[in-house]
Order: sequence, then C-alpha cells, then structure tokens
Amino acid sequence: MTTVDDRPSTPPAQTPRRRVNPVLALLRNSWRQLTSMRTALILLFLLAIAAIPGSVLPQRGVNPERVNQWFVDHPDLAPRLNQIGAFEVFGSVWFSAIYLLLFTSLIGCILPRARDHVRALRMRPPAAPRRFDRLPQHAVLETPAAADPEAIAAVLRRRRWRVTVRGNEVSAEKGYLKETGNLLFHVSLVAVLLGVALGSWYGWHGNRILVAGEDNAFCNTRQQYAEASLGPRVDSSDLPPFCLTLEKFEADYLPSGLASRYWATVTVDEPGGAERTAGFSVNSPLRLGSANVYLLGNGYAPLLKYTDKYGRSQTSEAPFLRTGDSNATEEGVAIFPDANVDPKTGARAPDQQIAFDGLYLPTAPESAPYVSSQYPAERNPAVNLTAYRGNLGLDAGIPGSVYALDRRQIDDGKLKEIGTKLLRPGEKWTLDDGSTLEFVGTKPYITISVREAPGQTLLLVASGTLLLGLMGSLFARRRRVWFRVSPPEGGSPTSGSSLVEAGGLPRTEHPGFADEFAQLVAAVSGDAPDARRAREGDD
Amino acid sequence: MSALSDQLVAFAILAYLIAMISHAVEFALGNARKVPAAAPARELVGAGVGGAGGTIDEPAVAATPPHPDRTGARAVLAGRIAAWLTVLAAAVHLGAVVTRGLAADRMPWGNMYEFVLTGTWIGVAAWLVVLWKQPWLRRLGLFLTLVMVLLLAFAELKLYVPIEPLMPALQSWWFIIHVSTIIFASGIFLLGVVPAAAYLMRSGWEQGRRSFPYTLARRLPEAAGLERLTFMLHAFSFPIFTFAVIAGAIWAEAAWGRPWAWDPKETWAFISWVVYAGYLHARATPSVKRNVATWIAVVGFLTVMMNLFGVNFFFTGLHSYAGV
Ligand code: HEM
Repeated sequence: MTTVDDRPSTPPAQTPRRRVNPVLALLRNSWRQLTSMRTALILLFLLAIAAIPGSVLPQRGVNPERVNQWFVDHPDLAPRLNQIGAFEVFGSVWFSAIYLLLFTSLIGCILPRARDHVRALRMRPPAAPRRFDRLPQHAVLETPAAADPEAIAAVLRRRRWRVTVRGNEVSAEKGYLKETGNLLFHVSLVAVLLGVALGSWYGWHGNRILVAGEDNAFCNTRQQYAEASLGPRVDSSDLPPFCLTLEKFEADYLPSGLASRYWATVTVDEPGGAERTAGFSVNSPLRLGSANVYLLGNGYAPLLKYTDKYGRSQTSEAPFLRTGDSNATEEGVAIFPDANVDPKTGARAPDQQIAFDGLYLPTAPESAPYVSSQYPAERNPAVNLTAYRGNLGLDAGIPGSVYALDRRQIDDGKLKEIGTKLLRPGEKWTLDDGSTLEFVGTKPYITISVREAPGQTLLLVASGTLLLGLMGSLFARRRRVWFRVSPPEGGSPTSGSSLVEAGGLPRTEHPGFADEFAQLVAAVSGDAPDARRAREGDD
Repeated sequence: MSALSDQLVAFAILAYLIAMISHAVEFALGNARKVPAAAPARELVGAGVGGAGGTIDEPAVAATPPHPDRTGARAVLAGRIAAWLTVLAAAVHLGAVVTRGLAADRMPWGNMYEFVLTGTWIGVAAWLVVLWKQPWLRRLGLFLTLVMVLLLAFAELKLYVPIEPLMPALQSWWFIIHVSTIIFASGIFLLGVVPAAAYLMRSGWEQGRRSFPYTLARRLPEAAGLERLTFMLHAFSFPIFTFAVIAGAIWAEAAWGRPWAWDPKETWAFISWVVYAGYLHARATPSVKRNVATWIAVVGFLTVMMNLFGVNFFFTGLHSYAGV
C-alpha cells in the first residue's frame, strides 16, 4: 500500500449534501473498517491464535479415539470444551467466523484494487514532474547519443519499459507485475478457500479393512464402511459403484523390522469395464474413475476354525488389529455366537456361545511369555488365545466392538473364561466340552481409505497461481523514469548538443534502483553496450 | 561413515564456538574505545559489494574517518578471524551432513536430528552469502554463531538417533521436495531472526535506550540496514516456505489420502504461514511501526521452532518425526 497516489481523487463535493442516512453511514464505515489493512492484520493474527487449540487438544477429524480418551481423563472440563467446539476447532463457529470475515475483508480489498489496477494498466505513464532534481534519482546527460525523445523511448522500450512520449518528454514505467502478482495471489487465496469448500460439500470418504480373498470383497456402498462421512451435498446413492477384492499383499521388512515396501494387489470391478488387476501402495494410491483408494495400514487376520460339541464347524476371519508396537503384535477376537446350537432342536443355547480373544504374533518368541511379536513378518506365527463360554451379550442391543469382547458380560459372570493356549498353524485345541479350535493360518488384510475430493484440482491450480502471484508481488518492483529533452539555445532538438535531463522514482522499496537508473542513463547517453548495439542496428 | 559424521558435528560445534568467542572479542575490543562501528567493515567492502543491493547504508559508514586506533585494528582482526572460522565450521558442518547422508544412503532428512543438522547448515551458508555481499553486517556473526552452537548442541544432546532408513510413507519424491524446501526455508528464517533481533536492540539503542539488551546493540550495524536485511531474508524464504507447504499437501494427499487434515504439524505450519503473511502485511502498511512488524517476524520464528521441537515433543500426529 505504498502506492496510493494512483487513485483518481474524487473531486470535493461542492454543494452541501443531504443528510446521510445514519444506517448507511454506519454500514459504509464498518465496511471501510473491515476492508482496511489493519483489520486484515488483526484477523490474520486471530486466525493464527485460534488455530492453536486445534493442535493442543485432540481433534475429532484427526483422531476420534484420543478425543474419547480426553473425555475419560478430564470428565469435568471435556463437556464444556466440547460445547465451544474445542474438539472440532477447524469447523467451529468462531474459527469459521474469523476466516469468513478475513475473506470478506480480502474480497473487499481485492475488488477496488483490481479496478484501480486495470485503470493503471490502461493509462499512459504519467507526465513528468516539473523539477527532476527533487526526485530520488536525477541526472543531466551531457553527450546524449539519443537526444530525440523517440530515440530515448526506443531505448526504454527495448528494456521493456512501458513508454509514452509527450512532446519533448518521455515517461516510462515498469513493474506492473507487482500489483498483478499481488492481485493474483489474493484471488488465489479465495480460490483455495473455494476449493476447500467444494471438497467438503461434494466430497466423501470412508475407511474400512479389507481382508484378502474373494469372500471378503467389498463394494462401494455406505454400509460397507466402518467409518464414513459424506459431504452435505452428497447422498449415499451418489457413491460411485465399484468392487474391490484384495488378491495379495506384500510387505518387505528390513532386518531391523522397519518396513521398506508395501504393495497391495487388488481386482477392480467397475461398471462398464472388464475386471482388472491393479496395484497400489503408500504414496501411490489407486486412482479409480472419481474416487481414490489409499493404503493406510495392514495386518493379518487369523483363520480360526471352531468345531462345536455337535461337530459343526465355523471359521472366523476377523482381522486382528495392531497394538502399535513396531513388530506387528496384533490383538483381536473371534466370536461364535451361533455355536453349540443343538442340531436336533435348532434351539440356541445363549449360555453356550463361544469367543476367543488374545494376540496374534507374526513371529512368536520361542518360549513364554507370548505377549509380543519379535518381527513384523510371519516367521513363526502363533495365536495366544483365551477361550470364553457363556452369553456374549450381543442381543442386549448395546452396539459392541467387533474387535473386543463385552467386558461387562465377563465382569457379571455371564461369560466365563475357560483357558488360555498358544496355537501354531495347524494346531488344534480341545476345550473341556470336547469342542475344538484350530488355528488354520492367516490372511493378510489392508486398511484403506476411499475418498472423493472434487475440489482438489482447483486447490492444486490455485496453489500454483498463489505461488506465482506471491513471487510477482514480492520480487517485482514498480518504478518510473522520465526524460526531458531541452533544445540547445536557439537550435532545433535534433541538432548539436541538446540537453537531456533524467529523473527516476522507485515506487516500491528497491535498493538496486540507483544502479538501474545509472545504467539506463548510460544507455541513453550511449555508454552502455546495448545502446551502442542499438545504434549499430539503426545504421 | 556414521561415526565420522558424528565426529564432524562435534568439530563443527567447536569451530562455531571458537568463532563465537572471536566475534565476542571483536565486540569487546570495539566496545573498549570509541571506534566507529563500521571501521572494520569498510575494509572488507572491497570483497564484494553490489549485487543484491543494500549498499545504501554504506555512505553513513564510509563518512567516518579511518581510525588509526590499535584496538580497532585488533577488533578487525578478531572479526575477520571469526568470519573465517565460521567458513571453516560451515565446511566441517557440510561434511557432517554429507557423510550422514552417505552413511544412510538417502537424503539426510529422515528425522529431527538430521533436520536440524541440515537446516542449521542452510542458515549458516546463507549467512556467509550475506556476509560476502554485505560485509558491514559482520558483527551479527556473534548472534549467528551463538544460535548455531545452541541448536547443534541441542541436536547432539537431545535429538541424536542412529541412522535408520526411511519408512514407506517417506519414500516419495514429494517427500524429498517437501522436506528439502522446508529445511531450506527454516534455515533462512533462522538466519532472518538474527538481524530481526539485532534490529530490535539496535533501534532501541538509536532511540536512546541504554538499559541491558539495548547496550549490546551499541556496536551493531545501523538499524535501518538490519531492518532491510530482515525483510529481504523473509521475503526470500516466505515463497519457498509456501511452496514447501504446498508440496507437503501434495505428498500428504498421496500418502494419507488428504492434502490437509489439521494434524498438529500441519496446524503449526499454517500458523507460521499466517504469522509471516502478517509480517509482510505489517511491513507493507505504513501505519504499522517497523518495530511491531519485526516483532511479528520474531514471533513467526518462534512458531517455526514450536513446529520443529514443540510439536514433536508435546503432540503426536501422523508426521513420523513425532516423538523424535
Ligand atoms: C487470507 C489472508 C491474507 C493473506 C494470507 C495475505 C497475504 C499477503 C502476502 C503474503 C502479501 C505479500 C506482501 C508483499 O507484497 O510485501 C500480501 C500483500 C498485500 N495484501 Fe494480503 N493477505 C491476506 C489478506 C489481505 C486482506 C484482507 C487485504 C486487504 C485489506 C490484503 C491486502 C494486501 C495488500 C494491500 C498487499 C500489498 C502490500 C504491498 O503493497 O506491498 N491482504 N498479502
């Protein structure tokens, strides 16, 4: 805002105007306040400060489990913080209010500047001031090579100045890019916001686990996700139809246990196309027509075959989840609510339901305790399970986790522990009632996130123009120069030694301007190589 | 190779320390008598003026008559030795970075330790460029070497980890682009805070304050020049930082399925970006005092530090540096 002098000044009102409507005046004043640079500054800082709680407190959008944990740890404070949106800072009313005000201010700032800039671009560089010696740069050329205004203008044009000649005066200006860049930058900011808004209105995403094998194939409907969120403008029926089957999952690990490569191979079945095989990984998602599939995690689902006391078998393929250690120790459950149904009567015995919970260790230690895996790949797999019999409490209507047993049933004595055992692949465990559990093997699973984010292209493009605009704004420099050719006493401008005076005005901070001005003057005087070249060219 | 890198870091710290002491000697000798602040600087001017501008301050400096004082000459010597020691330290430091990268067989930006190691080197390299172009700023070296010693020692004591390869989420071109530019921008911001702090002290001194931190500024270069340098450094690194954040978002989209999700690192990058944008605004607004604007730049740097250290220690997020 160092360049306000450009704005065409409005002529002072001459007749005393009618009394201004106070409401209008207030509105106008508020608008002026809002679009002032000071307000923009304050809003920027408010925005920065308002973002801080978003990093200090756990956020639902980032990590809902930690939010729940926070509720447990701070039962008094959490509900109150929750009320003011502290666990969803970036969607909260106050955060939105700040950035909406900021963007209103921004737009209110861009529009008049854009208008002024377009005007400035169409205007000729302004006429020379009367006295050059008051300008920051000033020179009198003694032996000008180019002593006629058109020749001077030509030198300037060659150096990409915007030039206009008025009689014996040459006016030139350069560096419009600064303002163009500045406007582009600020407009891009608005476009970024728009991209974000588009994404949240029309985007959707869902997360789930996909276990290998045809029976575990997944088709893209809302019910198939463990967790899904659809933008307000998206309906469940809008989800693009496709199905995925995990064929294979490869993971390479270094000797230290650190993963070096993941690769998931899936069969994709999209309508209107033949089934195809595709691979994807971390950092290279599977890009389907409109949705993208991201690989977020992986693990093993133990195949546990339970044969009840009537001889009927069922196999659980429930994925066990990683406990978070680096060697892929996993925990989970296998539940058999339909076990021990009397085949003769078909009657369910609610106290005869069976469940197992415990650990899966891809590389179990050679000896007890079998509590953690020693390496993330399957070198010596084993499950270490505890068996329970009784009422699993699945009918109570309380939604339970599929990855853990309902502890209340155990505490109430309705579900009884009947033993613990380590099983290696192929091993069978015979329980006290004669039923058996066999650890058949494992299937790999992957955790995927499926997303559609329509604003993303806009975001990318706007980020690019934002950067371009920013560089123009920061590095371009506006400056003006003038040359005045005074005829020698009594002579004509082209004959003999006319006097050329030059003046320069940097309109934005420009430490190198003195040098540039000197070079320009030299070029016009004919000292500079390119002026010489120009003369040769003219000959 | 890894051990060599560790030894080089120790040597670099030592060299920065000696450079710092030498700068301190220059300061002390300069303070002993009334030596014109710029006397030593002028002699180095020949080494390379011009280019990126800012020679505007020279006249004020050159106007002071040459000083025949012996103490002054010794101060010059100490200052020059300090500058050359900084060059030496930077060379050793670079050796440490390179050997670390060779030992790890990847870019040496895989964890916080390496991040600090590389970022501080960028800061010092940029400082040497500035010093070469504008030697009259040499006395700032005292603060710069102090910052280097502190940060490197902190990295060595608190952040050191043995070399490990990158996890799959980090194996991406965008990772290299994102992290290298973040380190680069952070290095320049780090350098930028030196003239910013010096300016705040010096302008206080020029306004007649004679209490503690301002007295340090007595021998510092003139305030307007420091302020301009502060701006130039920030204007230079802000677009790089912006680019780095964008590259990070592109990488996050590929790795985690979303360009931006307000994970603590992302949140603090946003905060830093907004604060630095605030600095640029404040500086472009005539009604805001330069002091205020410069304070904003200092706050911006604090947010960068918060992101680098605070977030990793206090919060956990997807960024795998978390928890060192
Ligand atoms: C979303 C918030 C905003 C951000 C992140 C932002 C960022 C920036 C940046 C980085 C610059 C470059 C500084 C420079 O050229 O020296 C700039 C310049 C500028 N901004 Fe903003 N801006 C924002 C909002 C606004 C608003 C609301 C206004 C209007 C009141 C505004 C008016 C200006 C002006 C006039 C300049 C040019 C300064 C000059 O002439 O050098 N900006 N802005």
